[in-house]
Amino acid sequence: MTEHEQYADDLALYALDALHGEDRVRLDAHLAACSACRLELEQLRGDAALLALSTTGPHPPQRARKRLLDAIAKDQESRGPKIVPTTPRRSWWGVLGWAATAAVIVFALSLWKENAALKSSLSAANSESARNARELEDLRRIAAPIIAPEAQHITLVSTKTPPQPQGKAFYLRNRNSLVFLANNMPSLPPQKAYELWLIPTTGAPIPAGLFKPDAHGSASIVNPPLPAGVAAKSFAITVENESGSPVPTSPILMMGAGE
Amino acid sequence: MFRSALQIHQPVYFVHLVDKEETERLSSPQPQTTSPDLALVTGLKSGDQGAMAQLYDRYSSVVYAVALRVLGDTGAAEDVLQEVFLQLWRKPSAFDAARGSLASWLAVITRNRAIDSLRKRRPETDIEDVVLSVAPDLAGEADRNRAAEKVRGALGAMSAPQRSALEMAYWQGMSHTEIADKTGEPLGTIKTRIRSGLIALRKAFQT
Repeated sequence: MTEHEQYADDLALYALDALHGEDRVRLDAHLAACSACRLELEQLRGDAALLALSTTGPHPPQRARKRLLDAIAKDQESRGPKIVPTTPRRSWWGVLGWAATAAVIVFALSLWKENAALKSSLSAANSESARNARELEDLRRIAAPIIAPEAQHITLVSTKTPPQPQGKAFYLRNRNSLVFLANNMPSLPPQKAYELWLIPTTGAPIPAGLFKPDAHGSASIVNPPLPAGVAAKSFAITVENESGSPVPTSPILMMGAGE
Repeated sequence: MFRSALQIHQPVYFVHLVDKEETERLSSPQPQTTSPDLALVTGLKSGDQGAMAQLYDRYSSVVYAVALRVLGDTGAAEDVLQEVFLQLWRKPSAFDAARGSLASWLAVITRNRAIDSLRKRRPETDIEDVVLSVAPDLAGEADRNRAAEKVRGALGAMSAPQRSALEMAYWQGMSHTEIADKTGEPLGTIKTRIRSGLIALRKAFQT
């Protein structure tokens, strides 16, 4: 039995959102590295959609339309104009205050996730979203001196020691959040990129994002797609093709275990 | 929180190198979401409430029918309807137009949320992680009606135990363990029936 066959039946349960616990974590880890199984999962979800669409029933009551449109108007009013999110500029990420930056970002991401979950609860929407909006505003104010484009970032090192490449990973397993910051990274040949790997306590390394350092050797990865709840033994970096690789194909250049 | 400081490391090769069975992602052709849907979803990203109203008019009957089928209660189905459209409003970019129709995606999101509601559990899958691939074009109501006929035909062609296992898993959110307990069949048999049942639906659109 191949590895794919081993997961075939579980993929169907996953597609129905009916795979839980350790089985789900194990399959998540496999999916992170297996494009064939990811494709099969997408197709099984599509098959499930066909089943859903085979059902028919009455139209929803007219009041439901008004209720929704009132809710989105209120939602927009409380949140202000929508802003399309943009990718953070790498140049924002200096090297000074890594820990503070990452802690703020991880916390902000966590809060954002919590905020999204809370907002899905209609009954609690008003009071909770107002509270979270205040907290997010506080966080933005705290983070402004660190992430503002015009902020100066200065690295202080020993005058006798040449700067060494360094990376710092901050990983919240239970929230599936990862922030990685790198500094003094050597430039790369064309068509190559650094790839970060999450090394789980068991199983194969999991891709945790690609990066290319800027002119100052700095780079960052914020919240890459990762399987849920994977325990990390360590993190590592290799050089791969710039499109990325599902498995490491070159020697580890940098590695670090949890503190 | 796990903190890992990465330092220069002597070159060491990972034990797990290239998996020769790993295949490149297949780029099978997917029906694109019809441009009116895409334009409306793009409108959501800039806060266009009119776009939301049009999407609701287009797909609320699909969402409500799925929620009502799972929950069997009009009030609870209406709550799920609200939740699904509010999620689309708040996270329109979660829908990947390149992978299939909005109707299919909404149907899957709705079914999952309705099952979560039925089972009184917290949602485990974020809507951004729900990526699906559907071959038939389901954008129009006539297309969906034809597809529904095919699905009903495929269900009718299944053996009764297989159809029953698939429907218990899909519409009642029963785990394979619960289905095995109820039917007295082995766990592996139930798992295989669910998977082969889904694939039988796919094959109905390949003939």
